[in-house]
Amino acid sequence: MATCFMQIIRNRKIVDDDFVTVPNDAALPESGNIFVSLERWRSERDRLSARSGKLGVILQNTVDPREIADDLATFDAIAVHFPIYRDGRAFSVARILRQRLGYEREIRAVGNVLRDQILFMERCGFDAYQVADGKSIESALGGFEDLTVTYQDAIDARSVPRQR
Amino acid sequence: MYTYDEYDQKLVRERAAQFRGQVERRLSGELTENEFKPLRLQNGLYLQLHAYMLRIAIPYGVLSSTQMRKLAEVSRTYDRGYGHFTTRQNLQLNWPKLEDVPKILDELAEVEMHAIQTSGNCIRNITTDPLAGVARDELEDPRPFCEITRQWSTFHPEFAFLPRKFKIAFNASGDNDRAAMKYHDIGVKIVDRDGERGFEIWVGGGMGRTPVISKLIREFLPREHLISYLEAVLRVYNQLGRRDNIYKARIKILVNETGPDEFRRLVEAEWEDTKESSLRLDEAEIERMRGFFSAPDYESLPSSDELLGQIRSGDGALARWARNNVVVHKQPGYSAVTLSLKEPGTPPGDLSDSQMDTVADLADTYSFGEISVTHIQNLVFPHVKTSELESLHADLVALGLATPNIGRINDMICCPGLDFCNLANARSIPIAQEITERFEDIDYQDDLGELALKISGCINACGHHHVGHIGILGIDKRGVEHYQLMLGGSAGDDASIGKILGRSFPAEEIVEAVERVLKTYVDLRESPEEAFLQTFRRVGEDPFRDTLYGDVLYADHSKS
Repeated sequence: MATCFMQIIRNRKIVDDDFVTVPNDAALPESGNIFVSLERWRSERDRLSARSGKLGVILQNTVDPREIADDLATFDAIAVHFPIYRDGRAFSVARILRQRLGYEREIRAVGNVLRDQILFMERCGFDAYQVADGKSIESALGGFEDLTVTYQDAIDARSVPRQR
Repeated sequence: MYTYDEYDQKLVRERAAQFRGQVERRLSGELTENEFKPLRLQNGLYLQLHAYMLRIAIPYGVLSSTQMRKLAEVSRTYDRGYGHFTTRQNLQLNWPKLEDVPKILDELAEVEMHAIQTSGNCIRNITTDPLAGVARDELEDPRPFCEITRQWSTFHPEFAFLPRKFKIAFNASGDNDRAAMKYHDIGVKIVDRDGERGFEIWVGGGMGRTPVISKLIREFLPREHLISYLEAVLRVYNQLGRRDNIYKARIKILVNETGPDEFRRLVEAEWEDTKESSLRLDEAEIERMRGFFSAPDYESLPSSDELLGQIRSGDGALARWARNNVVVHKQPGYSAVTLSLKEPGTPPGDLSDSQMDTVADLADTYSFGEISVTHIQNLVFPHVKTSELESLHADLVALGLATPNIGRINDMICCPGLDFCNLANARSIPIAQEITERFEDIDYQDDLGELALKISGCINACGHHHVGHIGILGIDKRGVEHYQLMLGGSAGDDASIGKILGRSFPAEEIVEAVERVLKTYVDLRESPEEAFLQTFRRVGEDPFRDTLYGDVLYADHSKS
């Protein structure tokens, strides 16, 4: 399968995506960086750990990340899925990963990822974004600049009360 | 009151610019209506029956005269010359145009106002006692904690897309709750325990189609943990609240489904990990916030309790107004005055642009430029010299805002109903007006005493019908507007939910039904001092059911 690299936003820059998402029913590629579902990780963890290339896991927003706390060190990236932009559970998932579980590598927003939520995603711990199909990635980049004043600490500790 | 610094000012400016961009992207088609909808809602913009409606935030109900003048100007320029004060201490404009809304937000930003999070599935305006800072019965002014909570909740990145809306209220006056705290998603009650000041945390109250009184989740929370604890409650709700059914998505349903004990366990487990984080409030921040709400420059005066008593003991209009619309004040020589927005002929809570301008002028003359909005849809001048009551009364009479009906049957809460709202099943304002006219005799209203009548045009309960001593709910019965009557509700610390006693009434019979309830109460009360709610609780529902649905009027043969 010839892969045309998609573009994503990573650390506020548009870059080529160096990961591919492998569906549950597709064969694992020999090499390269891949995302697999949490179910596939659970059923094929030995094969996945033995591969070369980076490994990412995709979490549904209903997962309590504390359940996979012991596995976090094996993941090079974690994607959290937004089934629809107005389902806010993934914000909590990302914050728990970053703040509670101390996960430091990439947390990627996937699914219905839109400009007007992207800043909130970043403040909850996401640092990579696969913008929804059909939406302009350049426009999405503007979402980071919309609001610069933050009244409360999230994963960032740059809230206004500390600056006053 | 709270005043903006450069950060607050920048935030509201950025928000206005962001919304302007969102409107442009909607108009260009880059945003679909579905994508735009939650964005406009989080800015208080609804699409109603006839037009857009913009809900402007009035944090915990506090307004300056400058802000009131701006509201007058905005109502005049961009709307039809009036605004509607709501049960959550906000102001609604019923007729703005979408393309004008960014301009309105710019204008509001000039006077430290906005429409942030006045709708949508996020944390809404923080509300409290309209007498905060002046009430004799308060432990301390709750507004510094309201402002801390307002800032924490504004654009909170984790809690902008909750399962459903989320409302927080503060009460600092013990049993005399004037903020309907127990009908909020979170109610925070300021309490003392063993000499330490802190909070009781009540969770899972609400009205709507499933009225629920909140549960006490934490008996004592030290002050420094307010934000970390709120955050723990919100996180549990964000993760576990139902998203499959909009009618079961409020936190009250989650608390009922898990049970308060399990809910408490989940929250405490979450909180255990965050209570010592940067969310901990330091004393300096609390003190800084208190500084914004320090007392105005009161004159040093002797107690005016005796003077107020004298004014009240007269028999004219001033005396009655002073009895019904004026309350004692913490500061010697001062009183707090309620301006009734329940003038016969005007929908409850409505104020015209010219009235707003004059209210602003009077606030400058009599009340240090301060005004507060009550959840019963009236206004308060919190700091009036008792010696100036007579003069203020004359000015308010001229303005049509001195109707002496506070706490009386005509001091109704009423939702906009089918005249404006696209959720309503029935009209509510015309019923309110009919009741106002039927019971216009103020002697009769005074004889009835303390009575809270509340009207909603549909089961979403914006008019708080469940907690009215007398509640009226508009329903659609085979295409015809009908009204369900319920009795015995209370929004206070003694919270109770009204009971439906029988079939609903068509529009032409509902006011008559209310009148029969009132006659029954007057006949059954032990003394004129026994208020309607006390009588109802003492005698129970049977006599009222008899009078409403029996063959004979109970009142006709109970006493001669």
